[in-house]
Formats: sequence, structure tokens, C-alpha cells
Amino acid sequence: MASPLKCDLCSKPATVHLTQIVNNKIHKVDLCEACAQAKGVTDPSGFSLSDLLLKASLNPEAASETMRCEHCGFTQNDFKKHGRFGCPHCYETFSAMLEPMLDNMHKGTVHTGKVPQKALERKNLHDRLTQLEVSLDDAIKSERYEDAARYRDEINQVKQAFGAKLAR
Amino acid sequence: MTIASLIATPSELTDTASSKCAIVLMTRIRLARNLAGNPFPGWAREGQRGVVFETCREALAATPQMKRGLNVAIDELSDLEKQILVERHLISRELSGAKSAAGVVISRDQTLSVMINEEDHLRIQVLRAGFQLKKTWNAINDLDSALENVLDYAFSPSLGYLTACPTNLGTGMRASAMMHLPALVISNQMEKVVRAVNQLGMVVRGLFGEGSDASGSIFQISNQTTLGESEEEIIKRLGSVLNSIIEHEQNARAKLMESDAAKIYDKIGRAYGILQHSHLLSSGEAMNLLSLLRLGIDLGLFPDESRSVIDRLFIEAQPGHIQHASQHDLETNQRDILRAERLRAEFAAFAKPDFSRNSQN
Ligand SMILES: [Zn+2]
Ligand SMILES: [Zn+2]
Repeated sequence: MASPLKCDLCSKPATVHLTQIVNNKIHKVDLCEACAQAKGVTDPSGFSLSDLLLKASLNPEAASETMRCEHCGFTQNDFKKHGRFGCPHCYETFSAMLEPMLDNMHKGTVHTGKVPQKALERKNLHDRLTQLEVSLDDAIKSERYEDAARYRDEINQVKQAFGAKLAR
Repeated sequence: MTIASLIATPSELTDTASSKCAIVLMTRIRLARNLAGNPFPGWAREGQRGVVFETCREALAATPQMKRGLNVAIDELSDLEKQILVERHLISRELSGAKSAAGVVISRDQTLSVMINEEDHLRIQVLRAGFQLKKTWNAINDLDSALENVLDYAFSPSLGYLTACPTNLGTGMRASAMMHLPALVISNQMEKVVRAVNQLGMVVRGLFGEGSDASGSIFQISNQTTLGESEEEIIKRLGSVLNSIIEHEQNARAKLMESDAAKIYDKIGRAYGILQHSHLLSSGEAMNLLSLLRLGIDLGLFPDESRSVIDRLFIEAQPGHIQHASQHDLETNQRDILRAERLRAEFAAFAKPDFSRNSQN
């Protein structure tokens, strides 16, 4: 069994595990309860991990060694152990590691086969809807009511198209 | 459909009408698919696996292809039932070892099966007797498209379908053929063939997946790579490799008959004798004897119609099927007794080999 992770600041057993992307790199910090309290990191949105990283003087190599997928918590070491990824998003997280592997593994590195057209259309509609809803909120907040009405119409249109897609 | 009725129903592979093909016993294609935003089964928590399992089961149950099929969780099946599904190539050993929140959906005719929460969320498979790459691809493409209507697949425009293991990335497709290559085995050419096939980007395996020995001279040939080529290109390439293996096997048979017909006839004649009169048969030995009879059929020593009997027995002589037919728990030794008994009964009515038809030269 792997030994429990140690706090990056004081080496006591770590109970708080945090991930943040800094300069396009994923950084992971493990802290004990006391240090987490002291650094005010119990509220994940309210602190900067990069400051912490400097103080902990983690070298960047160690940080990349423990790169972690923000969606599923999978690490590069997990990949070395299992030879499988944790979730679809891992392919983005670990793309730098993956690219040279694919070159050896496959005939090419770019997909040229079947595309799930219906699923992609659905995703595009969904993304468009999210975007419109944000715009609508903004418009209402800043009292641009004509814009808001326009967004609302568009949202209804997209929803109708979406409904038609789902009904099929 | 229940598991009991599925087992009692003739499958694509055990149905006497479907197998007429020399050398290629069956064609199989599988597609690996995953649901966007969900961790892969091997990394997901129990609860997450459960959600994916129910979503996929429902989506499958709604397709016309799976109408009135079998739709079960793996923990609803006994060990023996799972073994029978493995022997019919409908589930993998890996799935049969899964504990919970995993399962399989199988069509009534047993040509389509979809494993849920094996290595990937979905492992869609279509299997057909004989050499039928095009038909098999069309069938699996249709089922995949039907599922895509309701499931959000994990897909990247540049990397294709995202799979737990990067070796399946891209098309997520493994197309394969089960080939009967006794002459290449007898004339010690398999090693050479395996090497040549590997160089063409295809993989050769023994009958029951990785690492198993080549019992019955049956091999599975499949594409190795899944990214960088379209499904059609992979299938075309596999098809031409298979055709060239068929040609090599036929040449090897012709050469053996020219140089050493007596040796081949002797092997086939002895196999026939053992199948008719033995009282103890392991499944490995049974595979090899059946394989020789199949060669005998291809050489014209037995009527063509009997090929389907052999193909059925390739499956029904497996341990799980023997065990199931006896309806008792059996030790290996008892199973070998029953297997011999079963085959004696089958071959009592089997046509005698007609060696005169070929021995004039
Ligand atoms: Zn600490
Ligand atoms: Zn991940």
C-alpha cells in the first residue's frame, strides 16, 4: 500500500488535497489540517495556490509528476500504474504526456473516422443555450431590456430545436 | 428474454443454418464507447458506475435491435451462466469477473451484445458466422448510431472516441475474424504468418483471447491500431490481410495433400475414430479433433452440410456448455466423461469419411 501523503509545508499527514492550474500547469498541494487552517485554504476559491506553491518551494518537476485531472482526480502515476485513464477529460489534462505515446501506438495521431453527429449537434445547442442564458442575465442586470427580450426569443428558439432533437 | 431461454435458443454460432464458410468461422466487430463527463468504469465510484449502468441499459432497451433481448446485471447471473456467455463470445472474462453495476444486453438472435461498464462504459459487439466484414460493420454502425441519438458520447474532434485505454482511441473499433488454419499449423508456418501479419498492423491470437494456446488451430486476427484511419479503411485493410491468409492456408493444404496425403488422412481418420469411441475427452483434445474433422470436410471427405455440426460442437464441447447440459455440478473428470459421451452420440450418426473421393492422385 502507498504511504499516506504528507503535508507539503510541515510533513504531518495531509488531509486537505487541492488542485489549481497555474501558468497552464496543474499543481497539486497536500496539506495537514493545521496548515490548511493557517493558510486560509479551507475556502478553495479564496486563496491563491501559486503563492502557497512559492512558499512551499515545490519544484516544478515534482508538481508535474503529480499532475492531477481536475475532473476525476486521476494522476500521471495512476496512469503508470493502470495504463488506463480516469475519465474522458484526462485526455486534455495529460495531452503533453499522451502525444508522443500515440505516435508509437497508432497509425496516425488524428481521428479520421466516424463522428457522432447527433451528439455533437446536441452539445452545440446546449453550449449555445448556456451562453445565451449568461447574456440574458447580464442584460437584465444592466437593465438593457430590449437586448434581454431578444435573448429570450433566441433561447426559446434554441430550446425548441433542442426539444425536437431529444424527441427523436 | 431470460438467461435460461437465451441459453436454450440456438445462437448465430450454434445455429445449423448459418455456417457454410471454410477457413473463416466468424466475423466480429466491437466498438468502445464512453459517456461524456463520466469517469471510466475502472476509476469511477460505485454510485457513478450505477448511474451509467442504468442510463445505458435504458438506452439499449429502447433500440429496435434489442427488442425482447436479454438485459441483465452481471450479479444476477450464476458463474455457470456467465461461463456459457463467455464460451459463446457474448461477454468477456473481464466482465464476468465484475462485481456490480455492470451487465450485458444481448439481442434475441445473439448476434449483438453490448457490455456495460467493462473497461469502457459501452463495449458494443456484433458477431456473424462466416466471413462477413461489411455486413457486420453495417449492423454495428446502425446500432451505434441509434445509441448516439440518446447518449452523449465522449468524443474529441482530433482524438475521436475517448476510451479508458489510449490503445482504443479514435474509432474505438476492433474488427476481427476467427480463422481455422490447420494446414499452416501442421506445416509449421504459423510463426511466419504471425510475424507477417504483425508487420501489416494486425494481431493474431489463439481461440479464446490473449495468451491462450492455439487449440483447434483456431486463431483470431484483428486490427492493432484504432487511430488515424477510418473504420472503412481499417476493415478494408483487415479484409485483404484475411484474404491473403486464406490463400496461404489453401496453398498449405494443397501442398500437404501433394506431399503427404496419407499423413493428413491418417490424422483425420484417427480423429473420427476417437470422436466415435472415446470415453474421456478434455476440451482441448476435443477442439483439436473437431478441428481435424472440419479440415476433412473442407477436403471433401465428409459432406459439406456437416460443417455446421462441427461449428456448433466447437461451442457446445466447452466446459460450461457440458456442465449446463448435465444439470449437475461436475468435476473435471466427470465433465470429460460426459463430453466423450456427448460426442460419441453426435458422431454415431455422422457420415463415414470417404477417402476415395480424393485419393486418386
Ligand atoms: Zn502541515
Ligand atoms: Zn480525468
